[in-house]
Amino acid sequence: MATVATCGGDAVGVGSAVATASKSNVTSFQRRGPRVSGTNDSGPRLVSITGTRPSVRNGQLLVSTGLPALDQLLGGGLAVGTVLLIEEDKYNIYSSLLFKYFLAEGIVNGHTLLVASANEDPANILQELPAPLLDNCKKEFDEDVYNHKTPESNIKMKIAWRYQLLPKMEQIRPVSSSRFGHYYDASKRIPQELIEASKWHGFFLPEKISPTLKVEPCSLTHGYIKLLQFIQNIIYEEGFDGSNPQKKQKNILRIGIQNLGSPLWGDDICCTENGDSGHNLTKFLYVLRGLLRTSLSACIITMPTHLIQNKAFIAHVTNLSDTVVGLESFIGSERETNPLYKDYHGLIHIRQIPRLNNLVCDESDVKDLGFKLKRKLFTIEWVQDNYLRQERNIYPPGFSYLLKQKDSAWGEGSLQHSTFLMSFLAKGMGFPFFQLKLLLKDGFVLIKKGMLRDDSLRCSHSAI
Amino acid sequence: MFPELNNLLNTTPDRAEQGKLTLLCDAKTDGSFLVHHFLSFYLKANCKVCFVALIQSFSHYNIVGQKLGVNLTMARERGQLVFLEGLKSAVDVFFQAQEKPHPLQFLREASAGNLKPLFEFVRDALKPVDSGAAGWTYPVLLVDDLSVLLSLGLGAVAVLDFIHYCRATVCWELKGNVVVLVHDSGDVEDEENDILLNGLSHQSHLILRAEGLATGFCRDVHGQLRILWRRPSQSTSQRDQSLTYQYKIQDRSVSFFAKGMSPAVL
Repeated sequence: MATVATCGGDAVGVGSAVATASKSNVTSFQRRGPRVSGTNDSGPRLVSITGTRPSVRNGQLLVSTGLPALDQLLGGGLAVGTVLLIEEDKYNIYSSLLFKYFLAEGIVNGHTLLVASANEDPANILQELPAPLLDNCKKEFDEDVYNHKTPESNIKMKIAWRYQLLPKMEQIRPVSSSRFGHYYDASKRIPQELIEASKWHGFFLPEKISPTLKVEPCSLTHGYIKLLQFIQNIIYEEGFDGSNPQKKQKNILRIGIQNLGSPLWGDDICCTENGDSGHNLTKFLYVLRGLLRTSLSACIITMPTHLIQNKAFIAHVTNLSDTVVGLESFIGSERETNPLYKDYHGLIHIRQIPRLNNLVCDESDVKDLGFKLKRKLFTIEWVQDNYLRQERNIYPPGFSYLLKQKDSAWGEGSLQHSTFLMSFLAKGMGFPFFQLKLLLKDGFVLIKKGMLRDDSLRCSHSAI
Repeated sequence: MFPELNNLLNTTPDRAEQGKLTLLCDAKTDGSFLVHHFLSFYLKANCKVCFVALIQSFSHYNIVGQKLGVNLTMARERGQLVFLEGLKSAVDVFFQAQEKPHPLQFLREASAGNLKPLFEFVRDALKPVDSGAAGWTYPVLLVDDLSVLLSLGLGAVAVLDFIHYCRATVCWELKGNVVVLVHDSGDVEDEENDILLNGLSHQSHLILRAEGLATGFCRDVHGQLRILWRRPSQSTSQRDQSLTYQYKIQDRSVSFFAKGMSPAVL
């Protein structure tokens, strides 16, 4: 049952679709559990969709981003009905990888996909998705990771493990594993059968608009209008917003929009300093979020924010999105040679996590996160001196400590290490200043005062 | 509403001041907890509330409101709350041409529009019903948030005009209150936002400013709240009173404490 991308019929029936959609009361923000008085939706309906799970904090329905490490940092996953904005790294290597993980996760879970791009045919994008590591393969990559340490003793174990494996998965349908979040092998392509078994829609901008078409000025760039109509049509036709009486949908629509804001979309925000004077992109994001909030869908958008010169605009876009993650790769930057970062391929910045149905959100304590991409694993770790990771638990704030010279990975002597440690501990106080006194020999005392500047652990030092 | 914040502001739902403009702003942090506070505060004070919610959906405010002790669905049903859900209305107005002007009509216009339809919506929502049987104390307009209007293409002057009209109607004519939230972009150069923020700061009677800590993220202290009481109409020779507290947001409440006196540190 190979499905062809249903690109046709995008603008038909949009008007009537809206009239009925506005009457429905579907919202994807549901409280799971006992019926709260006043909610006008049937409660348990949403819980049984594959590939979703309710958040432990507020019962919000979550889907996996395709990267279990990122799911953890976002508080369990991406909330249905929200937008995940990825600020692209400079050469669009890792952001497109995250994009593909998101789509591959949709295929493995049997979700419907909607892929929109202005520079690449969605069919090609789907061909390049990474292959999922199914249950019988997970043991293999575990072995890969530990193999190099004790190869001899592991051989015997390998044989034993294989005997314990579950029977091989023969079915071609997407693995209906109840696991939330899967691992992918970035070096292999997804099996063709999985793509053909999945349902997907593609929006390739050059096919949708013809350059010779005369367009009267309206509130949005023509490409954005077409995309919004396409999305809205799919949502209505396939019943993701519950308003279509013929279609009872119990599935998630995963929308992926690539390189939004690039000049190929007809937007000038990346080209000039005062681009987007028509506020096309922000209006697009606003209407898109309105569509998402009233349907069972989740959206990933990658945006080349490093090309946008107007920083205030990035703040607007951040406020109009729900979750914002920034990627910074070390390729070609001076950080490539920094010994602190030698194990990592780049930094990942969680810029914003939404507070949905709640006063608080699950922010991770750690803000300095680096990622590295191995063949079968994309890990995100706290970039820190391993030694300091233990220190944090040993030295709670509010006390003064006598530090002795210790081994440090920096090997630069105790002053640098101690200053770093002090600034690190000062973070819990909410005060920007810390003071460090070092007892030198002959009774001399070195006093170093520092002031924390920002979210990372850099700090500026003043003289003695 | 948060009882600790009521103590700091020296108000209760029974004896709140009328005819005031309150400005909420946040810098480098999320100030939406203040919006939830004022929404539940005025609903408990038995006021007629018009809530222009541009950034989140109705169920979000409803669920948080239930944690704070108010039921928005029931308030909407009995007419105490008029709720404009920006996200849902934007989809309606964008895909279908409307016969009569929609409050978010500016989304359809190519050039910068004005907020006259939105003001008319607010005025119709809050004008006193002739029968007077409902018995609401005074009307309140709550907007979350105004920076979204700037992002969507309106100029700072258009937004200031809208607030001016709202103040004239709600604060002066109907003796009600207006509460608005504006994001402060901080060190990012955003001219329009600065104009809006400065303009509103000069007109407000009370400014609540939620700021992130200068040292960055901290698990026990989520930010710092600066409260500034102003008297815009009187002479500026009297000094405005200002207080600063640090706060931590919990599941159902927010706790406030003096700077450096977080329970985690003591």
